[in-house]
Amino acid sequence: MATPILELRGLVKSFGGVKAVSGLDMTVNEGEIHALIGPNGSGKTTTLNVISGLYRANEGSVRFRGDEISQLPPHTIAQRGITRTFQNIRLFARLTVLDNVLIGRHTQLRTNFWMALAPNPITTAEEDASRRRAHELLAFVGLADRAHVRASSLAYGDQRRLEIARALAADPALLLLDEPAAGMNPTETDALVKLLYDVRDRGVTLLLIEHDMNLVMSISDRITVLNFGTHIAEGAAAEVSQNPDVITAYLGGPLDADFAPTR
Amino acid sequence: MNRRATLVALLALACACIPFVLHSQYMLQVTDTALIYAIVVIGLGILLGFAGQMSLAQAAFFGIGAYSSAIASTTLGLSPWISIPFGVLVSVAIGAGVGYPALRLSGHYLALATIGFGIIVQLVFINARGLTNGPDGINSIPPPHLGTLALDTYQTYFYVAYGALLLSIYIAWRVKHSRIGRAFEAIRENEIAAQAMGINVTHYKVLAFVLASGFGGLAGGVIAHMTRFISPDSYSFDQSVIFLVMLVIGGSATITGAVTGAILLTFLPEFLRPLKDSYIMVYGAAVVVMVIFMPEGIVGLVRRLIPTYQTPPAAPMRATSNVADSA
Repeated sequence: MATPILELRGLVKSFGGVKAVSGLDMTVNEGEIHALIGPNGSGKTTTLNVISGLYRANEGSVRFRGDEISQLPPHTIAQRGITRTFQNIRLFARLTVLDNVLIGRHTQLRTNFWMALAPNPITTAEEDASRRRAHELLAFVGLADRAHVRASSLAYGDQRRLEIARALAADPALLLLDEPAAGMNPTETDALVKLLYDVRDRGVTLLLIEHDMNLVMSISDRITVLNFGTHIAEGAAAEVSQNPDVITAYLGGPLDADFAPTR
Repeated sequence: MNRRATLVALLALACACIPFVLHSQYMLQVTDTALIYAIVVIGLGILLGFAGQMSLAQAAFFGIGAYSSAIASTTLGLSPWISIPFGVLVSVAIGAGVGYPALRLSGHYLALATIGFGIIVQLVFINARGLTNGPDGINSIPPPHLGTLALDTYQTYFYVAYGALLLSIYIAWRVKHSRIGRAFEAIRENEIAAQAMGINVTHYKVLAFVLASGFGGLAGGVIAHMTRFISPDSYSFDQSVIFLVMLVIGGSATITGAVTGAILLTFLPEFLRPLKDSYIMVYGAAVVVMVIFMPEGIVGLVRRLIPTYQTPPAAPMRATSNVADSA
């Protein structure tokens, strides 16, 4: 029996009069790759922003390992073990690749202002460990030889991989990925799929938004389909792709007689 | 790394010989002032250069440190060695009180709020006569003593200013190369990503502001016991702008840049003095030329010319976006 790690119940997020998410229920199981899909504007990124705390939900609950987190600030949610990547890449562009990953370690370090002032064993030890871990993660995502270049000088696909390494540096239990394959060519996408499996095998649960249906159908253990801010289907890939509501949302309904082609 | 440390130590030692080389009292006075300004500008560099938050109130904290230390030593008879740290504490406390609400703002709004605060502080210096003696200022501020030796010449006071500067450089350097410094840089580069990485953005912005206040306050205390007289007009909005210009000219993201900018722009007006009234025009033009041709400051230019160094990031002058990715 799968254990839920993240449970959304009746989630509502509105902007002015527009409900971007309206009454969403979703359950993500521990250790799985879970995809969140749906047409443009269906509320996928809003949902991710609510989970990660960048937006505050108007109604409903977000439970992470049983604890209510929907009213917590983003940095606290990251400390609890949820980190993420962004649809429009948000690296620390003018810092080095290594520094980006080291910043990702922030929640795992204890050095405060006073400890920073004087050399002390705790800071020295955690800095050393942090650097080793950062290099290990860069090797894991295939950027070992780029540690000392500026993040902005990386190729696009590599920037996405760096965002994953940075998010993993916090040792998260749940990793949120917002369109990780966007703008990637087929070779890069294949490498990404392998990387995502490797991440899962490290014990990290993955929740991803993705438009590449081949990718979604091949790697997801479970899929939630959104339309107009609420879920219209949830289940394994095969079930979801046969669901009539899903087909309607993606391809439109049966043609009206009025619009039937005439010969 | 060891070679670099040796080089820095040798440079620090060489600078310590300056009072024996310079014999003009006037040049020594300008030198001491430049070192003290460098402390103020390093503080501003932590806030703007590292953490990317604008402040045009740095002269106000410089003044708060100066007045607190001057008042503590003249009315309570405290030794400057006690009153200067007291000035730092007052400055830090006020910095925290102002920073917490002000740093909810960003970009232009933050800049405006700090301008307002700076003007209020100067008005308090002018009008709180009972405490500050109003526009007449405070005189007869005692010099510090080492045993029986009064450090009341520019030559001896050099070591007070230099010691305070070295302490400031050390603190700024330690902070920059730590978890704290990385959090500052993360906030400067991308506030939303910083939050998502678990950085408490408000906490670190306030910390950067408090550090800037503390450095300003330290410099204020140090200068008050050198000039032995302070008055409100030294702590104006104009002075805050000059500190900002020093930082941007030097290169805002580096400690070296802050020090270089402060020293250069303290000496420049002195060299331009023969031009009399037209000096401010030449000064202004020089600043404009430097900003245009050295967008990353003097340190940035040097690093571009010596390719073994990587170019440091320039001060971000853009307003930071606060909107997360839309759906």
